[in-house]
Amino acid sequence: MDLDIADMTNTVNLREELESVGIVEILAQLDRELIGLTPVKTRIREIAALLLIERIRKRLNLTSEVPTLHMSFTGNPGTGKTTVALRIASILHRLGFVRRGQVVSVTRDELVGQYIGHTAPKTKEVLKKAMGGVLFIDEAYYLYRPDNERDYGQEAIEILLQVMESQREDLVVILAGYGDRMDKFFASNPGFRSRIAHHIDFPDYSEPELLAIAELMLRDMNYKFSADAREAFIRYIALRKTQPLFSNARSIRNALDRMRLRQANRLVADLDRVLAADDIMSLEASDVLASRVFLNDGSMTSSA
Amino acid sequence: MRITQGCFSFLPDLTDEQISRQVQYSLENGWAVNIEFTDDPHPRNNLWEMWGLPMFDLRDAAGVMMELNQCRKVYGDRYIRLSAFDSSHGWESVRLSFIVNRPKEEPGFHLERHEVAGRNIRYTTRSYAADRPEGRRYG
Repeated sequence: MDLDIADMTNTVNLREELESVGIVEILAQLDRELIGLTPVKTRIREIAALLLIERIRKRLNLTSEVPTLHMSFTGNPGTGKTTVALRIASILHRLGFVRRGQVVSVTRDELVGQYIGHTAPKTKEVLKKAMGGVLFIDEAYYLYRPDNERDYGQEAIEILLQVMESQREDLVVILAGYGDRMDKFFASNPGFRSRIAHHIDFPDYSEPELLAIAELMLRDMNYKFSADAREAFIRYIALRKTQPLFSNARSIRNALDRMRLRQANRLVADLDRVLAADDIMSLEASDVLASRVFLNDGSMTSSA
Repeated sequence: MRITQGCFSFLPDLTDEQISRQVQYSLENGWAVNIEFTDDPHPRNNLWEMWGLPMFDLRDAAGVMMELNQCRKVYGDRYIRLSAFDSSHGWESVRLSFIVNRPKEEPGFHLERHEVAGRNIRYTTRSYAADRPEGRRYG
């Protein structure tokens, strides 16, 4: 990192440059708060490095073009796409590639209208709000509905493509969605694929990673697992992963919320007991084991 | 005759960059910016037509500039003004309003003197542009 880029007239100290924009702490925060996701973190580091160099090149008048920064995030539900988008926005903002750094998160509903002439003003309004920041389009493949040729989604796509091309210095667009559907979306809209510089794939979390995420979430909420509960939760993750509609970290958060509910119920059931702070903070094995995930027959699902 | 209404109208026309800076100043104050156009330059004409709705919740001037450029494409031969509305006291009131586009030729005003009883005179101003029908007044 002590390399100095020497120019005829200018020299640049990379370390000073890096410290002056303060992205080191954002990257560290990313490492600290996001468990796993190694390929994603690597890509973000690479992008951050590229942008840092690009910024220096601009200052030395070696380049005047605005780099294409539009991205696509693909991955299963609950793998952290939205969270990473927020971090990317602050990295881009610190490096000066977006002027304001806000993230406007939309889905098809906010872009596509319901009757002729409704779509363009709607899409433009969202674009105007996102100017100077990042437009995050969740489940972007819904914009394109091949089964309905009169669908207004195509109109929104055309406006988006035009702004993505002509106002690259004003707006960064991030498309997000599940991997296979996004592939189909890009295949039928080649204009999008070529305008997007960075395709980032979010892998599913492994079981130990999910456990680490659960413990991190609990720590943030000032809860903790007892030793038994932790064992039970490891079994819970393994079982839950095999069930349908598993959405990674989001499922974990929902499970924790239900366990907090059961814990509160358990504590309230015995009104005469004198509680220590530790009792209120800890989740016991019984709170975990009451989950319907541990029931083999589906007839008692209401107990969840 | 160059008409002078609103802010900055005694200055040379603002460049796009200067307009953008003024818009950004308005947005940073939390004001919503609106685009209006007209081809009736009379100073008492307060019914300008709106170009879309006022733009709420914007963070960056680029959004307003995008709309302004589209308005110029359609009504580039007319007067266009930006107004910034402040709603912080419970109702929308204009904080800043300035002309950002004007016709190439501004024919000016005719001053009509109406002689009434007792050698009194009443004055009327009438824009030469308004002699022609709406939509065909300039260019």
